[in-house]
Amino acid sequence: MTTGYNFAYLNEQTKRMIRRALLKAVAIPGYQVPFASREMPMPYGWGTGGVQVTASILTPQDTLKVIDQGADDTTNAVSIRKFFVRTAGVATTEETEKASIIQTRHRVPEAALREDQILVYQVPIPEPLRFLEPRETETRKMHALEEYGIMHVKLYEDIARHGHIATAYAYPAKVNGRYVFDPSPIPKFDNPKLDDCAALQLFGAGREKRIYAVPPYTKVRSLDFEDHPFSVQKWEEPCALCGSTTTYLDEIILDDKGKRMFVCSDTDHCRKSQEKAA
Amino acid sequence: MTKPLLIAENISKYYDGRVACEKVNFELWPGEVLAIVGESGSGKTTLLKCLSMQIAPNAGRALYSLRDGRTESLSDLSEAERRFLMRTDWGFVHQDPREGLRMGVSAGANVGERLMAVGERHYGRIRSTALDWLNRVEIAGDRIDESPRNYSGGMRQRLQIARNLVTAPRLVFMDEPTGGLDVSVQARLLDLLRGLVRTLGLSVVIVTHDLAVARLLSTRILVMQQGKVIETGLTDQVLEDPQAPYTQLLVSSVLQV
Ligand SMILES: Nc1ncnc2c1ncn2[C@@H]1O[C@H](COP(=O)(O)OP(=O)(O)O)[C@@H](O)[C@H]1O
Ligand SMILES: [Mg+2]
Ligand SMILES: [Zn+2]
Repeated sequence: MTTGYNFAYLNEQTKRMIRRALLKAVAIPGYQVPFASREMPMPYGWGTGGVQVTASILTPQDTLKVIDQGADDTTNAVSIRKFFVRTAGVATTEETEKASIIQTRHRVPEAALREDQILVYQVPIPEPLRFLEPRETETRKMHALEEYGIMHVKLYEDIARHGHIATAYAYPAKVNGRYVFDPSPIPKFDNPKLDDCAALQLFGAGREKRIYAVPPYTKVRSLDFEDHPFSVQKWEEPCALCGSTTTYLDEIILDDKGKRMFVCSDTDHCRKSQEKAA
Repeated sequence: MTKPLLIAENISKYYDGRVACEKVNFELWPGEVLAIVGESGSGKTTLLKCLSMQIAPNAGRALYSLRDGRTESLSDLSEAERRFLMRTDWGFVHQDPREGLRMGVSAGANVGERLMAVGERHYGRIRSTALDWLNRVEIAGDRIDESPRNYSGGMRQRLQIARNLVTAPRLVFMDEPTGGLDVSVQARLLDLLRGLVRTLGLSVVIVTHDLAVARLLSTRILVMQQGKVIETGLTDQVLEDPQAPYTQLLVSSVLQV
């Protein structure tokens, strides 16, 4: 652990400020709480919002897992993990079950999370209404007055254009029957995992200076139409490595003749399934 | 039993101490079409914006008879009530349809938006209602998925009208709805508007500098000059037999055309 840094890089005052924002976010599920996002020693787009949230809740006893697109070994995940090893000296793991805090970009782990775990999402654009209403003063008002009709305008456009709801990532959902929120660019496959989840889920958007949360066991309902109900991605074939038919699969191109296979995007889960089968 | 739908009481608006409109009073009854006429700069748009709560008057107030029978000062309504009113019970047709439309989404979504805003969650029903309304404003159904960017000025204006009328509003504000259009396109739009107003029994406050538009659409007229109402009455009477010298001038210049 390098000296000269405060534990987990941020100073205590900043952490307190972020924790206050987190408490407010937990108290009002799905509501975007503004916070004074700090400069972090990494570029925006690298998850500075998630990193600040993790830094503020991290304790020396924690075990941290960091994933990007379901994998622990991608550049983004590796550099964030290294950052916390260097600045906080915490233990890290690639195993979902062993982690107390999981920071993620683009996926929710396949394994069901527990009450003693916290999932921290890196969020690029926290405002789901921005697609049709760029004015911040207006979107704030729309949230306050629960004017969410235009979210369905977006879904309507999807169906009119593609015959079905084509939105596959960052699929909007309503939290606790009140606030519509953006679950970050996870595949809609993961949306059902947010619903009634045992773990605390925290969302940090660094560039946009917003924090929001889904407390444990909170209702998260994906928006849809009565005659076009929400549904998740499905694959024709099982994972080529572990044979799973219930996980989110990535397509991998094997050669330039178009040979390809589908494998779990959650590498830890896939490895575990293979071990179990062996 | 019947009572005015909208009442203007001494509405005044000043910009930097200069009068934009001053002490305007009138009553709009259900099913009436009131035309606000006057030359450019006479305060017509300012008055319309005060009435429709887009801007706050400096003095006076507008009272509205809500669906539940209460008559309330619009400034006393909560913001939630006001916004609900605006997207259900009221319509607003802008001169420039780009201001009233969402140019980034299809015509169908433009018409369907208000339905979704009041909780409609059945795609098939939204679509068939949108098709019905496109038909009523003479837009071919096969253009439902196109962006209004592809539409002509006249079509955009008709789309804006459909988008407003889909929730069966009781009161529609219009600001120079035919203003930006070619003369031949104007005539068609006016016919359409007249038909809709009649069949739906709409109450309308329409701003126009064009007396021909007022003659064709309105039952009553309010003539403005330099922010003040100088003459008011039944449209036919005022245009046949104008009392104020300014109105006489307006009418005679129209007759020369
Ligand atoms: N936002 C504004 N700021 C300052 N002056 C304004 C504003 N809007 C309108 N005015 C002035 O108020 C007067 C009435 O304008 P307006 O209501 O637009 O007239 P009309 O619609 O009859 O052409 C004009 O003198 C205009 O310049
Ligand atoms: Mg005007
Ligand atoms: Zn697998």
